[in-house]
Amino acid sequence: MSTAAAVHSLWTTAAADPISKIDAPKIEYGQLAPTLIVVGAAVVGILVEAFVPRKSRYYAQMFVSVVAFAAAFAAVVALAANGYATTKAGIAAMGAIAVDGPALFLQGTILLTALVGLFTFAERRLDPEAHGNRVDSFAAQAASVPGSDSEKRAVKAGFTTTEVFPLLLFAVAGMLVFPAANDLLTLFVALEVLSLPLYLLCALARRKRLMSQEAAVKYFLLGAFASAFTLFGIALLYGYAGSMSYAAIAQVVDGTVPEVTPALADTMGNDALLLIGAALLVMGLLFKVGAVPFHMWTPDVYQGAPTPVTGFMAAATKVAAFGALLRILYVVLPGLRWDWRPVMWAVAIVTMVVGAIVAITQTDIKRLLAYSAISHAGFILAGVIAATPSGISSVLFYLAAYSFVTIGAFAVVTLVRDAGGEATHLSKWAGLGRRSPLVAAVFAVFLLAFAGIPLTSGFAGKFAVFKAAAEGGAVPLVVVGVIASAIAAFFYIRVIVLMFFSEPRPEGPTVAVPSPLTMTAIGVGVAVTVVLGVAPQYFLELAGDAGVFVR
Amino acid sequence: MNPVNYLYLAALLFTIGATGVLIRRNAIVVFMCVELMLNACNLAFVAFSRMHGNLDGQVIAFFTMVVAAAEVVVGLAIIVSLFRSRHSASVDDASLMKL
Repeated sequence: MSTAAAVHSLWTTAAADPISKIDAPKIEYGQLAPTLIVVGAAVVGILVEAFVPRKSRYYAQMFVSVVAFAAAFAAVVALAANGYATTKAGIAAMGAIAVDGPALFLQGTILLTALVGLFTFAERRLDPEAHGNRVDSFAAQAASVPGSDSEKRAVKAGFTTTEVFPLLLFAVAGMLVFPAANDLLTLFVALEVLSLPLYLLCALARRKRLMSQEAAVKYFLLGAFASAFTLFGIALLYGYAGSMSYAAIAQVVDGTVPEVTPALADTMGNDALLLIGAALLVMGLLFKVGAVPFHMWTPDVYQGAPTPVTGFMAAATKVAAFGALLRILYVVLPGLRWDWRPVMWAVAIVTMVVGAIVAITQTDIKRLLAYSAISHAGFILAGVIAATPSGISSVLFYLAAYSFVTIGAFAVVTLVRDAGGEATHLSKWAGLGRRSPLVAAVFAVFLLAFAGIPLTSGFAGKFAVFKAAAEGGAVPLVVVGVIASAIAAFFYIRVIVLMFFSEPRPEGPTVAVPSPLTMTAIGVGVAVTVVLGVAPQYFLELAGDAGVFVR
Repeated sequence: MNPVNYLYLAALLFTIGATGVLIRRNAIVVFMCVELMLNACNLAFVAFSRMHGNLDGQVIAFFTMVVAAAEVVVGLAIIVSLFRSRHSASVDDASLMKL
C-alpha cells in the first residue's frame, strides 16, 4: 500500500497545497457590461458576415449595431444611476478597469457618438445607384484593385462592405476600455483594439480609393510607430515601479509605497526610467489626440478616409484618447506634475497656434476641419493642464460638446457632391447658401460652434476649459488660447461668407437628399450644439459630478 | 549576467528600429522596423520582470506578441492593397494629398 502511494505521488500531487493558492479571477460582469455588450455584438457581427446571405447582411448588421450601442448606453446610464459614477466608484476585473465618473461619462459620450456615427456609416442614398443597387460610402470590395475588372464586377454585382459594422463595433469596444483602463497593459491592448479597425476603415472608401488607401498606410505606419513608443514607455514605467497598476505606479512616484524590495529600491532611484517612460507614454497618447508635434498624420488621414469614418474617428477617438490621457496624468503621474505641466504647456500652445494658423491656408474642407480638430486638441489640453477637479469636468464637457459638432459637420460634408463624389474643394462650396440654404445654415451652425461663438456648445466648452485653466494658474495659456480662437474664427467665418455671400458656380456641386439616417445624425448634432450652448448648466453639473477619478 | 545589459540591448534595438522607420522608404521595411521596436519592448519587459522578480513583464510580452501578430495582419493587408494599386510600396510615392 505504501509503495503504491509513493509511486502514485510521482505523477500526481496532493490537491490541497499549490492549486488552492491560485484563486479564480473575480470579474464584475455587471460593471463591465457596456464593453462586454459591444464586444459581443462585434463577434455576432462577424458571424453575420459568415452566415447571413449577402442581401440581408446590411439590415442584420444595422440591427445588431444599433441594439448593441443602445443597450451599452443603457448599461452605462444604469451604472451611473446606481452610483458607480460617484459613491460606488471602484476598480473592476482584478484591477484592470476603473468604473468611475470620468470613465462612465466618456463611455456614454463615445456610445452616443458611435450611434450617430453608425447612421452616417449606413447611409445609402447619397451615391447614385450603381446597377440598380443602393450603395454606401464604402468600397464594393476592398480587396479589388481600384479601376480593375474585378472592381467593376464587384460593383455590378452590388457588393457592399458590410464588414464596416463589426469593425466599428470593435473600434468602439477599444474606445470604451481606453479611458477606463486602470493598468498599463489594459491601456495598451485597448489602444490597439481601437486603432486596428480604424486603420482598416480608413482604407475602405468607395470613391477616391487611391487616396483612401494612402491615408490608411500613413495612419497605420505612423500609428504603429507611435504605439511602439507607447509600449517602450510602458516598459520603462514598469521597470521603474515594478508594477503595471496605475495606483501602484502612482505610489512609487509619490514615494509612499508601503513595502520596498531591494530591486524596487534600485529602480526607484533611477529617475531617467520614470521621466523617459512617462514622456514616451504621454507621447503616444498625444499622437492619438493629434497634438502638435505629433499631428502630421491628421490632415492626410482625415482627408483620405471615407467621410463617415473621418467624422466618427475625429469625434470618438479624441474622446477616448483624452480620457486615457487625463487618467494617466491625474492618477498615475500627479506626483510628477511639476515636470509634465511645463511640457504640456508648450504642447498646448504650439497645438492651438499651429492648428489655427495652418488651417487658414487650407483649400479642402476636410483638411480644414482636420486642422480645426488639431487646434481644438490644443484647447482641450489647456483644460487638462489645469490639474484641478474643474479641469477634469471642463474637459469632459468639452469632449461631449465637441464630438457631436464634429460628427454633424462631417455628415454635412458627405451631402455636398458632384460627379466625382464628395465635392470637398472649398471653391466648390461657394454660393452653397443660395442653392441650399438649409444645409448651408446647418453647416454654419457647426462652424460657429467650432469657432466658439456664444449660444453654441463650443462657447460653453471653451469657456469652461479656459476658466479651469485660469484657475489652475495658466493665465498666459488662456491668453494664447483666446488669440488662437480669434485666428480660428477668421477661417470659420470665411467659409460662412463663402457659402452665403458669393455667387454659386454654374458647374457647382449639388446637395444630395439623404435618407433619415444622415438627417438624424445632422439633427442630433444641431440639437446638441444648441442645447449645450443655450442651457449648458445641467450638463456642466453632470460633468462636475462625474469629474472624480478612482484610484 | 547582469540583467541591466539586456536593457541596454533593448534600447539599442529600439533605436535601430526607430531609425529604420525614419529613413527607410519601403513600407514593408518600415513596418519590419516597427516590429523590431515592439520586440525591443518585449526584451525590456522580460529583463525588468527578471529584475523585479514578478511575472507581470513576461505576461505583457505575450500580449505584445499577440498584438504584433494582429498588427501584421492589418498592416500587410493595407500595404499589399496599396502595392497592388500602385505597383510600388514606397512611402515616398504615396503623396496624393501633399499640398
